[in-house]
Amino acid sequence: MKNVNKNSDPKRKKKYEPPDSLTSVGWTEPHIITLADGNNPLLLDCGEELAPISVEYEMYGEMNSNKDNVILLLHALSGDAHAAGWDKKALEMGRSWRVDRPGWWDTMIGPGKALDTNKYCIICSNVLGSCYGTTGPASIDPETGEPYGMSFPIVTVGDWVRLQERLVSHLGIEKLYAVIGGSLGGQQALEWSLAYPDRVERTVILASSARLSAQGLAFNAVARSSILNDINFNDGNYYDRDQPAQGLAIARMLGHITYLSETAMRDKFGRRYRKNGNRPGFHLGVDFEVESYLEYQGQSFVSRFDANSYLYITRAMDYYDAADRGEGDLDRACENARSRFLLISFSSDWLYTPEQMKELTFALYRTKKDVSYVEIPSTYGHDAFLLEVDEITPLISKFLKGDTNHGI
Amino acid sequence: MEFSLQQNIRWDHQIIFDLVGEGASVLDLGCGNGELLKRLIVQKNVWGIGVERNMERVAGCIENGVPVYHADLDHGLPQLPDQFFDYVILEKTLQAVASPMGLLDEMLRLGKTGIISFPNFGYKEVVESFVQSQRMPRTEALPYNWYDTPNIHLFTARDFLDLVEEKNIKIEIGVSWISGKVVPFKEEESGEAEEILFMISRR
Repeated sequence: MKNVNKNSDPKRKKKYEPPDSLTSVGWTEPHIITLADGNNPLLLDCGEELAPISVEYEMYGEMNSNKDNVILLLHALSGDAHAAGWDKKALEMGRSWRVDRPGWWDTMIGPGKALDTNKYCIICSNVLGSCYGTTGPASIDPETGEPYGMSFPIVTVGDWVRLQERLVSHLGIEKLYAVIGGSLGGQQALEWSLAYPDRVERTVILASSARLSAQGLAFNAVARSSILNDINFNDGNYYDRDQPAQGLAIARMLGHITYLSETAMRDKFGRRYRKNGNRPGFHLGVDFEVESYLEYQGQSFVSRFDANSYLYITRAMDYYDAADRGEGDLDRACENARSRFLLISFSSDWLYTPEQMKELTFALYRTKKDVSYVEIPSTYGHDAFLLEVDEITPLISKFLKGDTNHGI
Repeated sequence: MEFSLQQNIRWDHQIIFDLVGEGASVLDLGCGNGELLKRLIVQKNVWGIGVERNMERVAGCIENGVPVYHADLDHGLPQLPDQFFDYVILEKTLQAVASPMGLLDEMLRLGKTGIISFPNFGYKEVVESFVQSQRMPRTEALPYNWYDTPNIHLFTARDFLDLVEEKNIKIEIGVSWISGKVVPFKEEESGEAEEILFMISRR
């Protein structure tokens, strides 16, 4: 177990790598591409066809001439295509929150890092329904000239992966060297390995599972309820007026509770008060450190996320069940997989527990797949997949180096 | 059965390698860095899983391209059905687990055949050293101090024979490691054997 110092937890206070660092991917820029139009709409799991669809993606490292060194990285609920480096168009595109920090997995992507850009070309695209460049509820519906809002169709993890397949094929990539994701990104990686078994050589899944637990469904229900009942929600038509900011902030606060473990909260905040010589302030506002943290997380999220996207993406998270591919039988669903798997869980993660990851592990074992399962001892809860860089780096880099056919 | 010993490969690794059939399914309990499984996978087209609790060795397995399940052996693998594997291997590990009986049962539940090797506490040098020094023996096969040894359930060849009799387990093949040579196991000369390997199955 990691010893977490009360006041300066090094993993959280870690200095960001500047763009000129030798192990940073440096300055990055988003690419936007249209992958569905009227002639070639995307058929969604809900039965509707959607077009046009734009996708925002980023790419780090060089694709080799055979295009067989490509790693597709899948982001989680609130993530985006900006996984590493420093966005040089952050201000231009109105994404000021990116100015003072690099991409969400910068510690893992770059020259010499686990996802080594000297060897691999890493691609990360924003999911359908999100609000970071890929078509979503805030996009303009060409039929009405207005933002889709809640007329945006319900999208699923399966839809996301089919759209990513269009991107991968468009770029001329036949086979992915690896698909990698944590949390909801891990479920996309799993879906890739089951939907396109011949196009994935390696699958790395962190802090995830074949399906969200009932407890996870419950948390998402409360998060959505908080948005849907915000006084400004107005059936999702709020783009020309005040946003349902309180609802979205509360949803995010709830999310953060599920991302931290009890130990992590105790170590990080304990019962400390913010001011007043560590004594109660005798008021109902923000008084404890932990309240202040959640308040800050909620407020800062509102400035960078769209409430409608939060509704759609949590719904996609709810609906995903890998067992659907086996008519409810996870073993049957796993039968078609061809890739090698590395599954990593974290001991204190109570959103996607080690037990849930083991359920997937054994479904793959029972169908005789090539699977390694590792449980990292960590106090960081679900957030561990973003923080336990020193622990997961050797595992992932060794797994990526390993041969797939055992040829010697 | 003929065994071909090679240099740089542990004697029991080599015997196990020879015993396991082409294309078999194998579970290696306490697989270390996965060297044995790697040879079986590469050279004998085996499908297998190693179980290992030490994180560095788990990373070694991953580096070797060997599928590894990171867990404590004492938990068993109740998620897998009966007779799932052709072979379940337990190399010099039975004496180091909390519940040897439970593990032996789990081994023969999971596999059609078990292959088990262990340091023989009845080896004459161990016995002599114990009698003469009246201290817990330390030998090449048992190199630890009594207070830091992982070998918490030491047993002799005869102890093991008693147990298999009681548990209705059949010994298919027995091999002794005597003075650097592999010879067929004989109970009457078990005191000569530093280490022993048995291939076992349910009667």
